Amino acid sequence: MDISLAQTPWGAVLPLILLGGTGLLVLVLDPVLSPEGRDRLPALSLVGVLATGGAVLSCWPRPQVAFGGMLVTDQFTASCSLIFLLVAALTLLISMGYIRRTGLEHGEYSALLIFATLGMIVMAGSLDLITIFLGLETLSISLYILAGFLREQARSNEAALKYLLLGAFASGFLLYGIAFVYGATGSTNLVRVREVLALGRVHSPLLLTIGMGLLLVGFAFKVAAVPFHMWAPDVYEGAPTTVTAFMIAGTKAAAFAAFLRLLMMGLPALQLEWSRVLWVLAILSMTLGNVVAIAQTQIKRMLAYSSIAHAGYLLVALVTGSKLGSASILFYLVAYTCMNLGAFGVMLALAKGNQERLAIQDYAGLGLRRPVLGAAMALFMFSLAGVPPTAGFMGKLYIFSAAVQTHQIALAVIGVLNSVVSAFYYLRVTVLMYMSPGAPDIPAERTAPALAVALALAALGTLLLGLVPSSFLEAALRSVAPLLG
Amino acid sequence: MIGLLSIVTFLPLVGAVLLLFADRQNEGFIKNGAFIVSLATFFFSLGIYAQFDPAQAGMQLVEQAPWIAWIGAEYHLGVDGISLLLVLLTTFLSAIAILSSYTAVTEYVKEYMVCMLVLETGMLGVFLALDLVLFYVFWEGMLIPMYFLIGIWGGPRRIYATVKFFLYTMAGGVLMLVGIIALYFASGASGTPTFNLLALTRLSLPFATQVWLFLAFAVAFAIKVPMFPFHTWLPDAHVEAPTAGSVILAGVLLKMGTYGFLRFALPLFPDATRYFTPLFAWLAIVGIIYGALVSMVQPDLKKLVAYSSVSHLGFVMLGIFALTSQSVQGAILQMINHGLSTGALFLLVGMLYERRHTRMIEDFGGLARVMPAFTVAFLLVTLSSIGLPGLNGFVGEFLILVGTFRVHALWAVVASSGIILAAVYMLWMFQRVMYGPMTNEQNRNLPDLTTREIAVLVPVLALIVWIGVYPTPFLRTTDASVRQLLQRVQGGAPSAEHENPTGTATGTKVADAELRDGGLRLTLSHSSLSDFAAASERRHGY
Repeated sequence: MDISLAQTPWGAVLPLILLGGTGLLVLVLDPVLSPEGRDRLPALSLVGVLATGGAVLSCWPRPQVAFGGMLVTDQFTASCSLIFLLVAALTLLISMGYIRRTGLEHGEYSALLIFATLGMIVMAGSLDLITIFLGLETLSISLYILAGFLREQARSNEAALKYLLLGAFASGFLLYGIAFVYGATGSTNLVRVREVLALGRVHSPLLLTIGMGLLLVGFAFKVAAVPFHMWAPDVYEGAPTTVTAFMIAGTKAAAFAAFLRLLMMGLPALQLEWSRVLWVLAILSMTLGNVVAIAQTQIKRMLAYSSIAHAGYLLVALVTGSKLGSASILFYLVAYTCMNLGAFGVMLALAKGNQERLAIQDYAGLGLRRPVLGAAMALFMFSLAGVPPTAGFMGKLYIFSAAVQTHQIALAVIGVLNSVVSAFYYLRVTVLMYMSPGAPDIPAERTAPALAVALALAALGTLLLGLVPSSFLEAALRSVAPLLG
Repeated sequence: MIGLLSIVTFLPLVGAVLLLFADRQNEGFIKNGAFIVSLATFFFSLGIYAQFDPAQAGMQLVEQAPWIAWIGAEYHLGVDGISLLLVLLTTFLSAIAILSSYTAVTEYVKEYMVCMLVLETGMLGVFLALDLVLFYVFWEGMLIPMYFLIGIWGGPRRIYATVKFFLYTMAGGVLMLVGIIALYFASGASGTPTFNLLALTRLSLPFATQVWLFLAFAVAFAIKVPMFPFHTWLPDAHVEAPTAGSVILAGVLLKMGTYGFLRFALPLFPDATRYFTPLFAWLAIVGIIYGALVSMVQPDLKKLVAYSSVSHLGFVMLGIFALTSQSVQGAILQMINHGLSTGALFLLVGMLYERRHTRMIEDFGGLARVMPAFTVAFLLVTLSSIGLPGLNGFVGEFLILVGTFRVHALWAVVASSGIILAAVYMLWMFQRVMYGPMTNEQNRNLPDLTTREIAVLVPVLALIVWIGVYPTPFLRTTDASVRQLLQRVQGGAPSAEHENPTGTATGTKVADAELRDGGLRLTLSHSSLSDFAAASERRHGY
């Protein structure tokens, strides 16, 4: 394989260079800056993220292949990248006050977030299993460090270690799967794999099936689908709150983007096989995630289990293997980013000093004492539950439409009933916020400006996607077109 | 140019958004502002009535705009004879409910009024939407303000009641959502798939598909009505809700279920409707008698009225599933009647509660002596609820029973026992509360109705009498649309796989055709028994 930078079109790699450069710049500036200057590093990172977004919009809608067919910058890459950059931007915004308060204000924090985002973009743009793996590792290694960023807290250390061990385990599965697929088809390039499958020139169908199975297990670990979810609640609970928010929305988005690439572009010939496996995973994830979330008393842990359930909904869309299903994944990821980061933002806005409000009970009386914050939290909760007119509802509408379209009625029915179960625990938050006597110690101070901006954006996104989803859906449909090629 | 229907639907929402910016200390302004917005909405809705042409059966004042282009969901509103009266009822009762809560609500007045107005927009949207996705958005979205109304301003067990209400309704709703999606793709079998209700009601789907989809829709609507055995959320929600919440819940929300049957379940799935008619009719009859029997033994006034709703809505359901022109028109009128009389009952119980902070029947007795004006109002409403001729309840129930009797005499006979039971529990309750010796000293100095309370009650009472004495203007609006609906349900093209599923359908068709002429005159003129007799004679003269 000939990988020569000279043949790589600059437009194809400019956003990556911009983003990576921002990360490096932050790292370099960190030790030389005064403490006040260091405070501005997240803002600098934010500028870098926005600039990257601009570069994506101007350079990427044209499909270009870079690095000898390992990376493609089609509409799908562009749209996924914008989702990841949105996650990164919102995370940076909600982080600004948080890292100052908790003493995490090292340049590495912002730099690692940026490198993780870079990894995600590489995953979405991969045309090759090796590049998917590279992106995934870039993402994961950054997150291993970020999860343990609260060095003095045992929980954070535990989270980092657990994530590292199980993440490495999952990476092993993935790598093994890649090896098997290479053995069976003679290539790691997704387009090539698809051709080999289409021509029926597979060396050993058994090897291929095993390889596919291992890949599915690896990805199931990454999206925290049941029964490969055991690490998720502890890691999500122990990691710094902003990092948890980033992981829940970002890792999920990146893993599903790569999942789509792999299954729709590389292995469409095996749809019957993989959709059967994912069918089971989807039902298990939705049901277990929602049922266990009911029993939680910590809001972070509740949202961790709810994120497992949301992975289940996304798997429903993946099972369909259709255009609408793929597009609904993108739509849902945007919706999920808005409502999830919004909910975490409210959590951060209520922290007093170093003490975060983690028990759901702590939210008692919030709604009427802090009307705006309360209304925002209620909006995010209703959206997560999938009640119209919110983004969560529209996302579910498309996912279940895709399921019904491909005659997966049982899956759709189980899915909607699950959203009723989930309504129970999301409602509990609103019940406490509005219908219980208030805790006396809810701080009355104003929300920090950056956090307020993030919350406003998230709330706006949650409402707009619910009320006028048309253009977003069409963008999503255009984006997945290259996958179906 | 924004159409009249959009103005009526979204005016309350605009008012709610404006109220958000009001100073929360200035409660008087907030209350008056909310009332003025709801009153304005009511007057705009009268404009709909003025522009409505009762001779047309189809949708009128239609507004259509693209919404979610790729799947073809539209912003599509329209009104016909089935929805017109319900829209008016909604705007009317919303204004009444807001006026009634001036003193009942003392905490978080701003949030309360915002919830009431948002709720009004949700309800109006449900009655006017002609696109299934849009309908669903209103249908489910409306749960949110109601959830807060019960949960924040309700009684002691409000949290249990409101969560139960939310989850019950949502569980039914999501199954309907799957049904809507399945219907969408089923409609794609013959052309472009669509969410447009008008296009969908022209489809002829295979019988098996119809049965499944009918069930998916029917469960959602049956929970909302609520039909026996899906009614268990209702007593909790009603009892715990604040007075205005109960008024809206009983007055409008329950009608969304029966309306759903008329607007969606019946015309979309005519073959399945005929197939399920006996089941639903008998469930309705069970509900009538069960609701009445349970009402009889309630010690709590509000619970008594709540269970009586189960019974009254049973009549509405029976009227709908008897599938005759009279019975369906009677059912629509009875929806309005129930909204008025049960709404008024909740208002009256709420007024008592504000004075005495109890709703137990045993705590009262002999009130007639200290509260004469209250007694008059209460008596009128009680009699209306029982179905005394000359008041509104009679017209609706009578039409339902007559329409039912013609096709299924047994149903009508069994159901009429519900009327007798209604007289028993209502009059017995009235006697225990109003007459007899004044046993409780606390009742001796109860003040009579205030001017505001009279202002709340008089419009409702006036309508109760008006519909009872001269129902023609109300029935005239429903006639053409109901006829078209029944034509669809009974004369609709038989499905490919299954013709005449139960054997009753043909019988109904013949009976209805025979009676059409006499029936028309009947529906337009039966304000009393003698008119009915005359109409019957004319009919027999043929």
